[in-house]
Formats: sequence, structure tokens, C-alpha cells
Amino acid sequence: MDFMTIIQIADSALRLATPLLLACLAGLFSERAGIFDIGLEGKILASAFFSAAVAAATGSVWLGLLAGVASSIAFSAVHGLASITFQGNQLISGVALNFFASGITILIGTAWFGLGGRTPSLSGGQRFSPVDLPFANAVADVPILGPIYSDLLSGHTILVYVALLMVPLSWFVLYRTRFGLRLRAVGENPAAVDTAGVSVIRLRYAAMVIAGVLCGLAGVYLATGLAAGFVKEMSAGRGYIALAALIFARWRPWHALYATLLFGLLEAIANRYQNIDLGTFVIPVQFMQALPYILTVIILAGFGGTAVAPKAGGQPYVKER
Amino acid sequence: MQKMPRWADVALIPLLNLLIAFVLSGLVILAIGENPIKALQTMITGALGSTYGWGYTLYYATNFIFTGLAVSIAFKAAMFNIGGEGQAMIGGLGVAIVCLYIPFPHWTVALLFAMAGGAVFGAAWALIPAYLQARRGSHVVITTIMFNFIAASLLNYVLVNVLRPKGEMNPQTANFPESTHLPTLHDVLAPIGIEFSRSAPVNVSLFIALAACVIVYLLMWRSRLGYEIRAFGLSPEASVYAGISPFKIIMVAMLLSGGLSGMMSINNTMGEAERLVLNSVEGAGFIGIAVALMGRNHPFGVLLAALLFGFLYQGGSELSLWTKIPRELVTVIQALVILFTGALDNMVRGPVERAFIRAAKRGAN
Repeated sequence: MDFMTIIQIADSALRLATPLLLACLAGLFSERAGIFDIGLEGKILASAFFSAAVAAATGSVWLGLLAGVASSIAFSAVHGLASITFQGNQLISGVALNFFASGITILIGTAWFGLGGRTPSLSGGQRFSPVDLPFANAVADVPILGPIYSDLLSGHTILVYVALLMVPLSWFVLYRTRFGLRLRAVGENPAAVDTAGVSVIRLRYAAMVIAGVLCGLAGVYLATGLAAGFVKEMSAGRGYIALAALIFARWRPWHALYATLLFGLLEAIANRYQNIDLGTFVIPVQFMQALPYILTVIILAGFGGTAVAPKAGGQPYVKER
Repeated sequence: MQKMPRWADVALIPLLNLLIAFVLSGLVILAIGENPIKALQTMITGALGSTYGWGYTLYYATNFIFTGLAVSIAFKAAMFNIGGEGQAMIGGLGVAIVCLYIPFPHWTVALLFAMAGGAVFGAAWALIPAYLQARRGSHVVITTIMFNFIAASLLNYVLVNVLRPKGEMNPQTANFPESTHLPTLHDVLAPIGIEFSRSAPVNVSLFIALAACVIVYLLMWRSRLGYEIRAFGLSPEASVYAGISPFKIIMVAMLLSGGLSGMMSINNTMGEAERLVLNSVEGAGFIGIAVALMGRNHPFGVLLAALLFGFLYQGGSELSLWTKIPRELVTVIQALVILFTGALDNMVRGPVERAFIRAAKRGAN
């Protein structure tokens, strides 16, 4: 394997990690506030569809972005309604939203475009185009560092850089602001936050909106950055992998970046090599595809330290009377 | 004070929830420019208008009875088993291995062994999530989701690399031998003079599913184990004081749940396809969630809900055949049913409860 191959795989890993990272951060905000979010998958799918559909209809990817994010927030709002206002089961609500997204995207897509659930292929201004970082061309010939800068880091769509910037931003918001402190507290001990005179309900809804925006961006990137249009079930379990990455990262922003990069790398390798021949035995491609899930189960089993979720996760908050 | 009469809790609220889900589904159909009334007529004719339609409706219902019972047992023990899909996939593997490698003299013997094979494989797929929940406290929802994906990869590997016969392009096993073919409802009803469609896939597995409803009822409401499972589900802390072992209950409930999901494969794999194909479960494991929620985790409720979803499933296929409405409409209905009966239950329950309390007060004055 030569250096350029490594660069190509890393480049592809970064692209594939981007939707995972955005969705993982969405889950991070939601679960840190004490709301389980199984519905990441559905939000990604809905956003992917509506962004591609609106981009195709209007010709503007930015309007597509707005539509995608709006649809994702709408899903978050229903999840909030079920799990915060009506104190229902958060897991069931998430499962329902995933099914809803998987059905409604095809129903609307078929009625709108008549392509069996696909949107038309997007091109030109309907997609996010690659952004060249400054001096990318100038340094391309520098050995080692040149390709890393101009091939690996440069030439992605704006959303990749947005996703990467979200990591320090999320860290700052969660650990360096009053809002973040309260948000984390509400996921551990909502009663204490309530006693301090802060609205648990408002905080949790705020977390839902943030999760909606981030998950929406993940879907937008999937349909208008990574691919050129929406196809049936295009989220393909990414919401669940993001959930896995979240556990892998133990609900911390920087670790979410590392975990999603790892899972992106696994996907990139599985895409590039069908079966990996190690001489004595062959790693089948199916094993590579299952690896993120296997790793998550191992982490959950408590090997390599324990994964402790936010304490109040999954439980509706009932104010004492 | 009794808040609500029992009938309101058991029948009225689920029906109201269902009504909201169906009205919204009707609005969705309207929104995509189709006529909901006509759609419903097409569904009824397609699913219930002929013995062929009934044959498919009951075939799907058989699947959903198994997975619905599976999810409901786990729910009773306060666990949410989303892994029915994966457990049914691996159960299919168990059924396929039994049918392919053991020479059977008669289908009755084959059915017994296949049931055991499906149940053991399905239960085995629930074993690790159950153990991790019981011993390590790893949330069973997350682990069973992960195990669904691992099951899909494993099945893909086994079908492509191990069980696929030479010269076969698709990832599937060879056809099961003649002696394992299950009689269809046509074969069962013909001797007693009842005409039933020859080409419908419903088969004797239906009777196994009905028997499973009765057995699950007896187990959950008429046995010590069932009592322990329900007690644990209502209050894990209190049940520990009553001498109930949480480890035992979690393991037993999840293994029963996985076993029932796995047993579904006698219907789709052994009864219908007569070979194991990649996508044999077709989401039935997930529909089990909707069925269990709608059936209020009671075997009789599960039976009714499974019939309803069997109707929706078959009606949905007919709909996509005769109209422009794709069959994913059923997924939307399924989602709305889960949302309103499962997650937004309090939205309906609150106002109804208040109405009953108001009525009771008026009656007292």
C-alpha cells in the first residue's frame, strides 16, 4: 500500500465520518440532556430527503439545507412532545419516528417526482461543491505534507468543515458555558436543576432543537454533499452507527470525533477492499461492515473501562407536586 | 378513587389512539393526491375479499403473532427488545440448517425439529444482550439494535459463502427437501370440503402461532414464572424483596422473547419460501413492536393486532399494485400506530381520564 492510497482512504474516511459526526453530536446534546434519541436515523433520512427534494425543485442547495434542517427539527419536536411534554417512552417514540421517516420519504418522493422514491439527480448549484482551502494548489508538490493538506484536508464541501468545527464548539458550549452546565445537569439530576429554579422542560427542548439542527446537517450532507440526490433508505443505519459512536465516545465531544473517524475509516476500508486477504486467512467484507456494532457491544460489555450513560437518560421528568 | 372504568383503559384508549393514527394516515393519502376512502376499499377487497387475500393476510398475521408475543414478553419484564428482527433472521438460519441437513420421514417431525431449531437459534441471538443487561447493565435496547446489524452481516456471510449451492447466483440456500414442506391452509381445509386458495402462503404455522398465544397466556398469567416476570416488570426493586432474582428474570424473559422471534421462521422460511433467502424477515421483527404495543402486551390483544397488521400488510401490497400509493404507506401507518399507542399515549389518556372524573363527580352530586 503506497502513500497515495493511504491518503485516498483517509480522505474517504473523512467524508464518510462527517454525517456520523454530526449525528453523533446531535445524540450527544440530546442524551446529555437526558433524552434517549434512537430517532437519529429517521432525522437523517428525513433531512436527506427534504434537502434533496427542495434543492431539486428550487435549484438552490441552500434552500435545500433549510428544508432539511427544518424537517429534522420537526421530528425532534415530535420526539420532544412525546418524551418531555407527554412523558412517554423515549425509545418507543424514537423507533416510531424512524419508521415514519422511512415510509413518508418514499410516499412523498413517489408522489412528488414519480421516480419510485428517488429524487432527480442533483447537479451544479443544487449540490454543495468542494471548497479549496487557501494555498491548496501551491503546496500540493511538497512531499508528505503537501498531499495531506491539498488532497486529504482540502477539497471537501463546506459541511465537512462545519462538522469539524462543531466539535470544539460543542465542547465549549457543554463545558464552558452556563447553558452547557445546566444541560449536563439536567441529564444527571433534573430535580436538582429544577430546585435551582431552571426550567427542565425548556432545557430539554433546547437540546432537542440543537439535536435537530445537527442531525439535519448530517442528512443534508448525505444527500447533497456525499451523494447527488436522495435514494430510498439512504441513511443506511448511519443513525445507529452514530449512536454506537456516542457510546464509544462515552458522551464526550472530542471522543465523538475520534470514534466517528474510526467508524468512517472502517467503512472506507470496507468500501475499497471487498475481502481483506491477510495471507493465512481472509477477513470477509461482512465482518468489516459489522465491526462498528461488534466494537460497540464490546465497549458496552465493559471491556476497556465502563461506559456510563447520563443518569437520568430515558426517564421523563415529573415535577413534584 | 378509581380514575377510569377498566373497559376505557383496555378498549377505549387503544381504539382512540388507533383512530388518530388512521385519520392521520388518511390525511397523508389525501396529501399525496389520492382518495383515502377508495384506498381503504382497495385494501379491504385485496386483503379480505377472497380466500387468496385472506391467505396472505393470515400468513403475515402468523409472522406478527410470533414477533408480537416476543416483544410483549420482554415488555412485561420491563425490557424493550428491538432485536426481534435479528433474532428472527438467525432463527431462520436454525430452521434452514435443520431442514437441509436432517433427513425427515414426515413434515410433522420436521416441523417439531424446525421449531426447536428456530427457537434455539433465536434465543441464542438474544443471549448476549440478555446477559449484558443482567450482569453489566448494558442497555438491552442498544445491544439488540447492534445485534440486528450483526445478524444481517452474519446471515449475508453465511448465505454467500457457506450455504449457497454451487451455481446459484443469489445469496440463498438450496430448496428444502420435499419431506419438510408444510401443508398450506388449502391442504388442511380441502379434506373437509372447504375451498381455500391454493396459491396463498398461509400454512399450518398459523395453528402453531395460535397455540403460542394460549401458551404465552398460561405462562404469563397462570404460572409462577409468569407472575415473577410481571412482578419484576412492574417494580424490579420490590420484586427483589420478594425473592425474585433479576438475573433469572431478565435471562428467561429475553430467551423466551428471542425464541419466539426465531420460531417465526417456520412460517416464512419453512412454510412459504421453502429455502432461506437474505431478506426473509421483511421487517416483521419491527412490526412486532407495534403489534405488542397495540395489543397491550396481552396474547389476545397481540392476536387481534397481528390480524390488523396482516390486513394492512396485504392491503398495502394490493394498494401498490392497483394505485399509485407505494406500499411504504404501511410503514407510515405502523409508525403512527407505534407513536400514538406507545409514546403519545398520555396525550389521549389525560383528557379521557379527566372526562371520566368530571362525569363521576357530576354523578355523585
